[in-house]
This record gives sequence, C-alpha cells and structure tokens, in this order.
Amino acid sequence: MTVTQLVRRPRGSSSDGRGLLARGLGRYVPYATAAVVLALVALLFAGTDLNGMPSFVAIAGLGYVLAQTVLSVVIEGRRRAVDRLVTALVYAAFMAAALPLLLICWYTIQRGIAMVDLTFLTHSMFRVNPQEHGGGIYHAIVGTLIQVALASVLAAPLGILTAIYLVEYGMGRRFARVVNLFVDVMTGVPSIVVGLFIFTAWILVLGFNKSGLAGALALAIVMLPLVIRSAEQMLRLVPDDLREAAYALGAPKWRTITSVVLPTALGGVVTGVMLAVARIAGETAPLLLLVGINQRIEFNPFAGQEAQRPQESLPTLIFEQFGVAAGNTDAPPFQRAWSAALVLIILIGLLSLMARLVARFARTAR
Amino acid sequence: MTAAASGVVLLTMAAITVFLIYRAVPALRGNAANFFTEQRWDADGTPPRFGIAAAFYFTVLTSAIAIVLAVPVAVGVALFINYYAPRRLSSGLGYMVELLAAVPSIVYGLWGFTFLAPHLTGLVSWLDRWFGWTIVLRYRPESAPNNYSPLTAGIVLAIMILPIICSISREVFQRVPREQIEAAQALGAYRWETIRMAVLPLGRAGVISASILGLGRALGETLAVTMLLSTAFAINIHFTETGGVTFASIIALKYGEAGPTGTGALIAAGLCLFLLTLAVNFAANVIVRRNKVA
Repeated sequence: MTVTQLVRRPRGSSSDGRGLLARGLGRYVPYATAAVVLALVALLFAGTDLNGMPSFVAIAGLGYVLAQTVLSVVIEGRRRAVDRLVTALVYAAFMAAALPLLLICWYTIQRGIAMVDLTFLTHSMFRVNPQEHGGGIYHAIVGTLIQVALASVLAAPLGILTAIYLVEYGMGRRFARVVNLFVDVMTGVPSIVVGLFIFTAWILVLGFNKSGLAGALALAIVMLPLVIRSAEQMLRLVPDDLREAAYALGAPKWRTITSVVLPTALGGVVTGVMLAVARIAGETAPLLLLVGINQRIEFNPFAGQEAQRPQESLPTLIFEQFGVAAGNTDAPPFQRAWSAALVLIILIGLLSLMARLVARFARTAR
Repeated sequence: MTAAASGVVLLTMAAITVFLIYRAVPALRGNAANFFTEQRWDADGTPPRFGIAAAFYFTVLTSAIAIVLAVPVAVGVALFINYYAPRRLSSGLGYMVELLAAVPSIVYGLWGFTFLAPHLTGLVSWLDRWFGWTIVLRYRPESAPNNYSPLTAGIVLAIMILPIICSISREVFQRVPREQIEAAQALGAYRWETIRMAVLPLGRAGVISASILGLGRALGETLAVTMLLSTAFAINIHFTETGGVTFASIIALKYGEAGPTGTGALIAAGLCLFLLTLAVNFAANVIVRRNKVA
C-alpha cells in the first residue's frame, strides 16, 4: 500500500490516473469566466436602471465569485471550490481594507494641498478672519510640537522605568502582576476620559487654568501604557545569557541593567517611544477640553492666565475650523482644516518613518 | 525606584476613578430625572434633568455596527497578509495597515463628513429598498438628507478599529506552531482547510479578545463620531437616519457651554464611559489570560 492510497484524494484527481493535476480549472478558465461575467453585467446595466461604478464593481465581483464557485464545484469538487471561494473572500477583505486607506490619503492630499505653502506654515491666524482666506497654522504647529515634547519628557522615563521593573524586578511578584493588568486596562481608557480626568483634577480641583501643559499631562497619560508595553517587549528580547555574564563578572543588578540590558535594547526602546509619540501627536479629544482657542503664536506651554491665552494645537485647530465652516465644505475654514490635517498626517508620518529608521539602524549596528 | 515608577500606573488609574466619582456625585444628586432612563440632556436647567439613555443606545449601536463590519474584514486581512500575500510583500502590507492606525481620528471625521457620507446615498437607498422591512434600515430621505447617521459613524469606526483587530489577529496567527500547519499540509489539505484545521482553532480566543479591544476603542472614540452625528438626544431606531449622541460626543459637544451642574453631569457621563470600557477591557484580558494557561 503506498502513501497516496492512505490519503483520500479529492474527487476526480486520483481515479483517472492522471495524477494530482487532473481535472482542475485550467489556466485560462478564470480569465474566460471573468470576461463572460463582465459582459453579462454590462448587458444587465445597459438593459435595466442600474448604474454607477461602485454597484457595477460589486455586482461584477459577486458574479465572478459565484460563477467560479459553481464551475469549481462541478469540475473540481466541493473541497477545491470552498478553497477558491475563501481565497476570493480573503482577497476581497484585503481590498475592502486597502480602499479606505487609499481614499483617505488621496482625498486628504487632494483637498489639503491647495492651501499648504510657506505662508500657511509660517503664519498664525492672529487678526485673520477665519471665514476668509489667509493666515496659517504656525501657532498650532508650535503648540503641538511643544505639548508632544512635554508629554514625552513626562511619559518616556516613567514608562521605561516601569518596563524595567516589570522585566527585571517583577518576576512573578503580586505587585508586578497587578501593574501588568492595569497597564493593559490603561491602554483601553478612552482619551476623552483622560482629558476629563485632567480637567477635573487639574483645573476644577487644583484650580489651574487651561494651558498647553494641561494638554501635555493628558497626552502623557495616554502615552504611558504605550511606552511601557513596547519597552517591555524590547527588554524581554535581551538574552538572559548577557545578564548572567554580567553577574558572573560580579556586577550588581543595577549595573547590569544600566550597562548591559539597556544599551542592548536601546534601539528598540527608542523606536517604541517614537511610535508612541506619533500616536499621541494626532490625539484630539483630551486637547479639546484642556487647550484653548488661540490665534496667536504662544511658545509658553504654561500660558493660561487672563493676559495670555493658552497654547493652540493642530488637532484642536482642525476641529475649530471645522466648526467655523458649519458644514459648508467649500468655505475657506474647511479648506484650512483639510490643509492642517495634511500637515498633521505628514508630521505623524515623518515621526513613524524616523522610528522605523532608528529600528533599522539599531539592528545593523548590533 | 522602578517600583515607584510602576506605582504611577496604579495611582493614575485610582486617581481617574476617584476624581471622576468625586465630581460626578453632586451633579447626580441634583438630577431630577432618572440618570439611566432619561434621554434628554438639560443639565443646567432648573431643576436639572439629564440621563444617558440616548447616549448609551447610540454608543452601543455605532460600536456594534463597527464591530460587525470590522471583524470579518480584519481577520480576512490578517489571513491575507500571513498566508495569501507573496512573502516579500507581507511586511510592507503590515506596515500599510499600521498606517491606518496612525491617521488621527479627526482626519477620519473630516473624511467621513465630506467624502463618505455624501457617497453613501446609493447604499442607503439600496438598503432601504431591499431591507426596509427590517424597520431599522428604513430610510426617509427627507429626514436624513446628508447621511450623518449612526450607520455612517459605524462605518468610519469600523475603518478606525480595523488595524488593531488585524494586527493582534496577525500576532496570534503567527504563534500557531509551524508543525501543525505542516502536518495539515502533509495530509493534502488545501490552504483554507489548513487554516480552518490548524490556525483558526488556536487563534479563536485571540481573535475574540482582539475584537473586544477593538470594541473598547470604538466605544470611546470621540471626534469622528462627534463630527458625523448631528446632535439629537432621542433614541431613533432607524440606523440610517440623522441623529444621535454618544458618551464621548456629549462631552465634546456640551463641554463648552456647560455650567457647574452641567460639568458635573458631563463628568458623570465620562464616568459611565470609563466604567464601560473598563469592563470591556477586563473581559478581553480574562479571555487572553485563560487562553495562555490552556
């Protein structure tokens, strides 16, 4: 008895003696099916009141999958037909995910590019009527950069220290398990709730004003669990052999961590921090509650007294201009919102690109 | 010192809970209506009457639409990247999906408002024509001329939570032992049969918890929903018609005009959202942990 006899072959493939390749849909059948289906759907569209590109693509796609499945069931058997059907569905799912991404990128560039020029990037909205053309978003770019930098300064050290605790000292301790659980839970806290918390604690209870700093605090809370998770993963990748080698040389634990573990994981940790920075740069909801409306350039994140208005930020500027436009999608404020959105996306894209480069550089350096 | 840093996480979570409760309770005390059954939001009136019935309904509705649409697509994309795409493309494709996650929510809001909503008219009338009998999909053009409806918001949310579900599913699928896959292939299984026999049974718990995490994201998403739903504090069972508020959008919308009681009421709404997402995330965690032991 040979091996092939032990395994039940799909219908029609072993019985006729032509081996595994027998009785498949030939190489040209898919193309022929596609052509026939396209022609039929085109006839259908010509004959009835159906119209429009999306419905044509949908009906043609559905028709093709259906025809292919039926053909495959008849010629190749049920198993192969199911496989083909699922393959088609998986490809369709991928296209369904890629389509919005392409549409969003294309549409943002198309709508946003019109207003982006040097004036737009280097001027504020001070004494500019938002209903008219003119002005720029320099004040918002400055605000976003400062707030994100502040948030990173707060969250990155805390996050990395926590990750070191979880990896190096935690090891099955109860406290570490609890922290671990709450890091996960913290990742899921909606950013608007974080904003509301800072608003309650910082502004209502402690009596501070709205300011860039308040926004940065909220961003730091959003960022903290992201940093912890990525840094933790990177530290866990450091081989135990390295740690043990350091111990064997008589190095105490803190020395091992600072001069062996951290340098080894540095590239990955930096990448993780930068990706987290990219994530919070587009965060809007908490800033809406914490950062004010301001048309002027304000470098001071602590500004928030009566004389100085709190710093602006890019995401809140977009939302404001959206509000000013009041649903009129062709008004100058709406175009300004799109251009600011394009700048924000480019900013975030640059950050994550840099993170990737750091990761690649660190890998080759090792 | 590192332990102290970890303490900050616990401290923050505790502080969020304490401060929100501390500020929400006075407003809730003064509420003349039942907080859980009242649909209107008149928190600064005398007496204040506000409740979360409408917000709860629309929050759950939009998130449910998002999950129903996003999970099959996300799992499909994860399978595509891991098993169907040419090997050389797969890391690039993974990066592309991550890009979707990097787009700020406000951009999704803008896009949904100007591009997606106007383009949905055809789909919505089609749904009305064939599925109008379900009542929930019935569509009266005069009551929703712009498609700023829970359905549109749900579709945008689905696009937003797709990357997280997809990337977690991919990770889970990658953890399936190679031997299992090869064993299935050695039995002569087609690609789908291999996936069904070797990959999906092991990945199921991971996909479920990924979906729950995505649900958590959808529940708390603020800007896109705020921009896409026109404010209406009344439950409307038609998915495709204008209207709706969610927990998050109430906060974003009413925050500017809220007086002392109003702010407390918003904090109460925020507290509800916080507890809701907390419960959802704990559930996801429990599933992940139980699966790890097994």
